[in-house]
Amino acid sequence: MRKLLSRTEVVPAILLVLAFVAGSLQSKYFLDARYLLDSSTLYVETGLLAIGMTFVIVSGNIDLSVASMTALVACVTARLMGSGWSIPAGCAGGLVLGLLLGGFNGFLVAKVRLPSFVVTLATMAVYRGIAQVLLGSESAKLPPSFVGLDMMHLPGHVPVPLVILLVVAIVLGVVLQRTLFGRWVYSLGTNEDASFYAGLPTVKVKISVFALSGLLAALAALLMNSRLGVARFDDARGLELDAITAVVLGGASIFGGKGTMLGTMLALFLVAVLRIGMGVANVKAEYQLAVIGTLLVVAVLAGNLATRLSAKR
Amino acid sequence: MRSDAVRRLATLRELGTAVLLVAVVAAALSKNHQFLDVKNLNSILLWIPLLVVVGMGQMLVILTRGIDVSVGSTMGVAGIVVGMMFRDHPGLNIYLGAALGFVIGAILGAINGGLIAWAKIPPIIVTLGTLSAYRGLAFIVCKGEQIDSNNIPEGLTNWALLGPVTIEGVTISWLIVWAAGAAILTAYFLRSTRTGRDVYAIGSHPEAARLRGIPVSKVTFLVYSICGALAGLAGVLYASRYGFVNPGTAGQGFELTVIAAVVIGGTNVLGGSGTVIGVLLGCLLLGTINVALAVLGIDAAFQTLVYGLVILIALTIDSYLQRLMGRLAVGT
Repeated sequence: MRKLLSRTEVVPAILLVLAFVAGSLQSKYFLDARYLLDSSTLYVETGLLAIGMTFVIVSGNIDLSVASMTALVACVTARLMGSGWSIPAGCAGGLVLGLLLGGFNGFLVAKVRLPSFVVTLATMAVYRGIAQVLLGSESAKLPPSFVGLDMMHLPGHVPVPLVILLVVAIVLGVVLQRTLFGRWVYSLGTNEDASFYAGLPTVKVKISVFALSGLLAALAALLMNSRLGVARFDDARGLELDAITAVVLGGASIFGGKGTMLGTMLALFLVAVLRIGMGVANVKAEYQLAVIGTLLVVAVLAGNLATRLSAKR
Repeated sequence: MRSDAVRRLATLRELGTAVLLVAVVAAALSKNHQFLDVKNLNSILLWIPLLVVVGMGQMLVILTRGIDVSVGSTMGVAGIVVGMMFRDHPGLNIYLGAALGFVIGAILGAINGGLIAWAKIPPIIVTLGTLSAYRGLAFIVCKGEQIDSNNIPEGLTNWALLGPVTIEGVTISWLIVWAAGAAILTAYFLRSTRTGRDVYAIGSHPEAARLRGIPVSKVTFLVYSICGALAGLAGVLYASRYGFVNPGTAGQGFELTVIAAVVIGGTNVLGGSGTVIGVLLGCLLLGTINVALAVLGIDAAFQTLVYGLVILIALTIDSYLQRLMGRLAVGT
């Protein structure tokens, strides 16, 4: 029991239950399972970004460019499919592009040895800028046969995107916590110099982590395209905040070396329930943003305090 | 010997920015011979002051190896609150308004600084959080209502239109005077005060600075407070420049422009090096690029891309110079 309570996932789990209680007190529509499941498709994209972000943050870095990568891949795949590429070819092209965009971040961080927060702050602007130059204020339509994945359900009214998210989370959770590569990511985040002298391929691990983040951003872009039916350059704006908040709230240390996929997923559902709850209660978008921003700072603050207290003991 | 090499490299870096500036002007001139006419010079001079004021604070923060991405939202909050004061109390002294903006900014900056200096949360996380939180705050205080142009006193908007000197139709506006004041005070602070030297020391080597007895936490706190205060002042200057304040758009995305100006001006994101002259050159360069894009008929859609690329290029150059410097230091 004591071991269970000291796990990092306890905090988001408790908060999640509290948010459910608060949400159901706010509105009788909130606890409608069908409504919740349908709404969940809105947060699948954030979830995919958060999964990639978990790897990046555990490795001791940060990726602010995820939402911009999503927007750029969404615009490019919409253009490709619009200019006659088949749907599988367009999807493959988008995924490869995401891998390259993320890999470029990784290259600048690992090879040019720049801090990840400035690199990804710059590429956040660059990737969004390319999308803007590409489409301007137009919106690019997607072929009708590609649209509407979020309307498809498995038995029990479970939307397909939610299944995709859970499968990706489980597979990559196993990769992070049960494979050699995963151990390398933790090791890198705990002490980079020590990892290097222990003979770990630190450069390769770093580039892979950022490339993975790009790949998942691309997958998010495909799901978003299918959900919205059109792509615009300002798609997914600000999603990096929700993704980072989910990871940190899930118990990952912003200094690296600590964090689990289960924690991220619980915190993601917490952020989603909060957003859905605020939506039901008619809270304006800007206020929602303020709540999420404050939550991020408070989550890190709480994590820091907990570490300090346990260090004192 | 080593400090000599460092100084030479710093000068080289500023020279690089100046050369780039000349190149942009030359390119614009070759496409459009009227580029340096009165109208364009005035629009460059109108565009730069806000950037300089916020850039000075951002430079201090980056010198300590930090970053503040919340400056745009701080501008928004200060602009909105001061705008509301002008709306609800017509006849309020405009200098009092500017002072109020400064104080509001200082408080918001102090919140960032406290969380960074004493709660030890990384600057990017704190300011990413407050970027959203302060933007929400701007909406909350004004209930989503824009401050319209008829609520901004004429004396304030005149800061952008009039000035002490006009040379052949080119106006050196009062906004420029404000910016110059901020730059001179920052230069004095960095060069001639003990705390100013501590700022460089912290950025060069935080651990060594602590061991040497520098109050690292206090100086860090101060630096973010100053950065917020200048952003708050810039919020009032924004009201002067644009004549209205919208809670959603005032200062929105400005952090990117400011960071681009500061790093292209030679302030190293790894901390410890950067000068006021460099940042001023960076602001001038960005202002010129901005007007040049319009003059050359390049779509405004390119703006974000250009700022991002500017940051990337500056980072790569700095990283290269840093390694070169390391090699020089080992060689001597």
